[in-house]
This record gives sequence, structure tokens and C-alpha cells, in this order.
Amino acid sequence: MTIAIAAPPLHTISLLVRNKPGVLVRTALVFSRRGYNIESLVVSPVAADQHHGPSGETFSRMTITCSGDPVTLEQIIKQLEKLIDVVTAIDHTGQAVIESEITLAKCRAALQDRTAILQIAENFKAKVVDYGADSVILRCAGESEKIDAFLTLLKPWIIELVRSGKVLMARGLADT
Amino acid sequence: MAEKKTTGGEKVIQCLEREGVDVIYGYSGGAAMPIFDALIDSKIKLVLVRHEQGATHMADGYARATGKPGVVLVTSGPGATNTVTGLLTALMDSVPMIVLCGQTITPMLGKDAFQEADVTGITYPVVKHSYLVKNAADIPRVMKEAWYIATTGRPGPVLIDLPKDITQGPCDAPFVDTVDLPGYHIPGRADPEGLKKAAAYLSKAKKPVLYVGHGAVISNAGRAIMQLAEKLGAPIVNTLLGKGACAEDSPNHLGMLGMHGTAYANKAVAYCDLIIAIGARWDDRITGKLSEFCTDAIKLHIDIDPAEFNKIVRPHVSLCGDARLVVEDLIPLVTKADTTEWWKEITAWRKQYPLKYPKKGGLRAQHVLDRLDKLGGRECIVTTDVGQHQMWAAQFCLTTKNRHWISSGGAGTMGFGFPSAIGAAMATGKPTWCVVGDGGFQMTLCELATAALQKVPVKILVINNRYLGMIRQWQELFFDNRKSGCDLEGNPDFIKLAEAYGVKAKRIKRSADVDKVMKWAMAYNDGPVLVEAEVVQEDNVFPMIPAGAAVKDMIVEKPKYRMEKPTGST
Repeated sequence: MTIAIAAPPLHTISLLVRNKPGVLVRTALVFSRRGYNIESLVVSPVAADQHHGPSGETFSRMTITCSGDPVTLEQIIKQLEKLIDVVTAIDHTGQAVIESEITLAKCRAALQDRTAILQIAENFKAKVVDYGADSVILRCAGESEKIDAFLTLLKPWIIELVRSGKVLMARGLADT
Repeated sequence: MAEKKTTGGEKVIQCLEREGVDVIYGYSGGAAMPIFDALIDSKIKLVLVRHEQGATHMADGYARATGKPGVVLVTSGPGATNTVTGLLTALMDSVPMIVLCGQTITPMLGKDAFQEADVTGITYPVVKHSYLVKNAADIPRVMKEAWYIATTGRPGPVLIDLPKDITQGPCDAPFVDTVDLPGYHIPGRADPEGLKKAAAYLSKAKKPVLYVGHGAVISNAGRAIMQLAEKLGAPIVNTLLGKGACAEDSPNHLGMLGMHGTAYANKAVAYCDLIIAIGARWDDRITGKLSEFCTDAIKLHIDIDPAEFNKIVRPHVSLCGDARLVVEDLIPLVTKADTTEWWKEITAWRKQYPLKYPKKGGLRAQHVLDRLDKLGGRECIVTTDVGQHQMWAAQFCLTTKNRHWISSGGAGTMGFGFPSAIGAAMATGKPTWCVVGDGGFQMTLCELATAALQKVPVKILVINNRYLGMIRQWQELFFDNRKSGCDLEGNPDFIKLAEAYGVKAKRIKRSADVDKVMKWAMAYNDGPVLVEAEVVQEDNVFPMIPAGAAVKDMIVEKPKYRMEKPTGST
């Protein structure tokens, strides 16, 4: 009998960082130095946050999903905030947030399988973005659990797969 | 006639002048030439060292002795990589430093140019922050930010990579006087709620201990801490880097705690009911086995870096702020509990476990250092290298003034002692003793040339046991005395070596000669001198709490039983 050991919980941290060269490397080093694992990382520019004056400064938002226990996580957040280029780092795990990620899945779609694949796509509101003689590419957006379920069902046919990583935003007027 | 434009290199130097820099420790090279050229017309003094590592440690010693950042100027590639050890040393001990590196021209970045290295990439983990300047117009802002970051909050080293085309080309950007760093906050005073909670704990403690670290030195918190100790009736212990914040000869001072601290300091910590860390970070040299460290005591933590809270120890109250300001705010809030019984215990431990060393059987390092302390050492700055001599110096050289003790703690960098003494002596003009071992001294002794040229009042005390003593001690105690890589055969004649650099030197061979030679060295302040003490070859530092062990495992002499290998870090 195998005993299932719970995987360490996943946490998602949202950072507002100054858009300076090297900020991504410095952030990643916080994780690698202590052996913490980054599951996914998404970063892209945002408009200057209204809290920080019109100095011409550009900022980026970084969303990092990592695994670790609460003690570890507290240290991760503090070490990230210690970086000069990190303005804020907030752990949103278990809070009221909207989460989203996108996946592109290339599936081998011989004629006899095509119906099954397209039915799965329809049920998950995935869109066909490439329709070829032997393959299709499906694009699906939504919460990570939905994407996980979608890909599990498609597993028999998937040739190539890419996921964008999770982005999130706090609900209402709360700061992300 | 065309007006001469300011070059980027000149701008860099002018920015440093505006910050009040009076000396730069450097080593030249092709990529840094425009900056070296600019130095000729500046009132900033250039000290040409003999190795870039020496430059970083000199700047470090300068900074520890004064609180002002030390400034280093090196060239690209190997010049810059030679500063990595010095950067680590400064980062681990929170020392403000600015390291300027020449770099290849911007079009050649990343193309394996001559003497090019990805310096910012290599140094990310060993700096507080770093910059690669790709636009000359950024120079004034970068210099201002770098200075601000290095000197505020928890100080640290900042590296600035300066490509040659940037420093050679024009720079007409105006100087800046403010910084805009949205991601950087400097704690000041602690929050009132936390202060009230901490004061409540402190007022109830019958067996409190004040555990003082480098943060107290940096913020000059000594007087406030002494007042707090007085009010609480509490003893004071300090870390290696906390030496000097409070005068170690005060009656309520128990000396250094930790792996090689005094037995009575460690007992006080083990049996206290409250320990408050003031600018200290619960380092593994102090705590030993965490699961047995102060298990029943209330723990309070004062630190300017919030990332230190809950990193090693979960305190009952964390107070984020400048050590001096926080302690000053605590004093009016606390009331004294009765600590007479506590002091009875402490006094008994002091009598039972005094620091001691064998008086017979040859010249001992402890004896030489004891005499250094008694013959005027407390008026001098004392720097050390790393090893047994460092621990003995910490035990026997009492530090009574702030910033009079300079030693590499977090990184434990051998070769630090001598160049840091040069920097400290140049910064303060005070006579400076540097206590080094024969191992560490050989790592940076090329700076004898620098010391002689600058005529610094540095007195080099070489504790020569012809071994890497601390390694030999561990091998004797934990590895069945199997010696490996600790025998320093081939040591030079240090007297002849010093004299080859034009430095006067004398040797101590017998205990009877110690006072005579030490007094000679104390009296000579027109330049460096070297004193070599040929001490017994095999001697051990006690007390000792092996790495990862608890205070109950502390040994005050070599045990008869075989010891297990330590499980802690190093």
C-alpha cells in the first residue's frame, strides 16, 4: 500500500518591481540560493502605479508560483522585499483573487479522434487556433485547476504543450 | 578654443568628492584608465595597492573604523573578480562600501572582449545592490543612489560597473541631490505596540541577558545599552562583531558569547529567562544547536533588517528599527525586577570558569595578547585575521571604545587582518594593531609595500605557530588527530620579509621578551612595524562549543573521551 504524501502547498506571490535590467535574475536568485522551487514565473510591464509618482519610472508585475511551507514562504517574501528593485511582494494564497493562465496544446488529430478532441475543447471553452490535416492546436484559458483537468483529458493526443504560467489580480479595490 | 567637456570618469570622481570621499583604494588597468586619469586632478587621494583583494579589505577597515563607506577602484575582468571575496566579507558583516569597476566598451559587452567579465552577473549574490552604467547621463543618479543604498538601513557594498566608452566620453548631466527608490525603505523607530510588549517582558525578567551585535556598533547604541542594562540589572554579552559597542571592562560585561566565548557568558545565556538581541542575528556561532538554544527564555529581537526576524529564531517580540533609537525608546518604558539572585549565579560561574591559559611550556599567543591588552591595546584599534589567534584576541584584548575592533565574522576571510588595519589606520590616524596568523598574513602581505609607503602606524603581530591552527585543533579533537592540509611548511622568515619591504621588525621567542618588544612596537608610530611571536605549535582555543552542539556540550579543556564530529555548519 502506498501512502500518499501531500505535495508542499503551492503559493502565488505577486510582485511589483522596477523595470531595471537584472531584476529578474536577482529575484530568481532569492529562490535558488535557498533551494526553493519556482513552478511558474510570468513578468510583463505595467503602467506606473498610482502610488508611485510620475517620475518616468517604469514598473513590471511579476507573478511567481512556488512551493513551500509557511515558514519558508515568510522568508521568501522578506528576502524578495529586501531587493532594492522590488517595490512590493504579496502572497495571495487563499485570498480573494482572480487567477488565470493560458495553455496551447498541439494534438495529433486523426479523423477518428477529431470529434472527441473537439468535444473536450467545447466543454472547456477552448478555442481551435490551428486546424490542420493531422493536428490541431487548442488554446484554453482559465484557472490552473481547469487547465489541469483539460490537459488530463487531452493526454492521449497531446504532441506538444506550453503553459503561460499563472497571473492573478486581487478582487475589488484591494492591492495586488 | 573649444571648452573641455567633463568626461564620465571626471563626473564619477566629482560625485565622490561631493560625498566627502578623501581616499580611494585601487589598482589600475586598461578599462579603468579614464577614471584613474580623472583622479590626478582631484583632491581625493589614490592609494595604489598591490592586489585588488587588499583594496577591498582596506576600504572595509576604513568603513568599520569610521562608519563612512570605503571606496575601491579596480579594472575589468580579473581586477573586478579579485574583489569578490572583499564584497562577500563586507556584505556578511554589513559594511558600507562602493566598488567601482572598469568594464569593456558597451558595444563589446557579452562578446568575450579582452579582460571582459560579466561582473554584475558574478556579484549579484555578494552585493547589497549593483549597477551597470550604459548611459553617461545616468552617472550622477547612479552615484547618488549607490551612496545612499550603501550607507542607509543595513549598510552593505554596492558595485558600479563602468564601461570605458562611458567614462571616456562626455557627461554633462547635472548632479542630483535626491534619490527616488520606491522599493527601498529605511526603518527608524520601532512601533509603539511592540515597544510596550517588549518592555513588559523586560520588566518581568529576573534573569535577563543583553546580547549585543554589530548593529549596536553601527548605530552607536553603546551608551543607551549600558543605561538599559543598568536599569534592568542585566548582564551584557557581545558577539565577535559586537565588541566595543559597550566597554568590555564594565563590571556587568561578561565578554563574548558563542562557540569560543567565555564560559560564564554562555552559561548566562543558557540559563537566562529573557534574552534580547540588539543588532545581532542569532548566528550559528552563537546559537549552536537551535533546538536546545534558550528553549525556556523569552526572546526579543531588535534589528534594522526585517528579513532577520524569524529567520533563525522566532522571537516573542520583533522590533524593527535602528538599534540606538529602539533601545532609547525602551529605557523609559521598563522597570527593574530583582536580579540579585541572578548575579549571585553569574558571579559563581565567573569564579568557576575564568579564561585561562597555561603559563608554562613555551610562549603562548594568549600571553602575548593579554600583554597587548595591558600595555595600551585598549587605546589602539585592533584588527584580526581569521583563526585561533582571532578567538584569543577576542577573548583577551578587551575592547572599550566603539569601532576599535575590526574582524571578519560572517565570512571569516583570511587575509583580512592586515589590509583592514591599513584602512583603519589611514582613516583615523590611530595606532592600529593587526593580529594575524602566519597563514592569513601570507595571503595579503604584499600590502607591506602599501603600508610602508603610506607610513601608517600599523603594528603587525604575527602569531606564528607554523600551522593553520584552527584546522589543526578540529582535526585533533574530531578527526583522531589526522592532520590534513594544516601544516604550513615553507613559511618565510617574517623578519627578513618585513625588512625586505623596509619595515622594521622584531621577533619574540620567549615569554620574558614579550613586554620589551611590545613596548618597542607601541612606541613607534612613524610607520608600520612587525612583531613575530613564535608561539607553541599545538595549542587549543577554549572554551569551545562544537558546531551544532549545545551549551551543555561546552568544553573548557581537551576531553579524555573521543569526540563525535560536529554536525553544525563548518
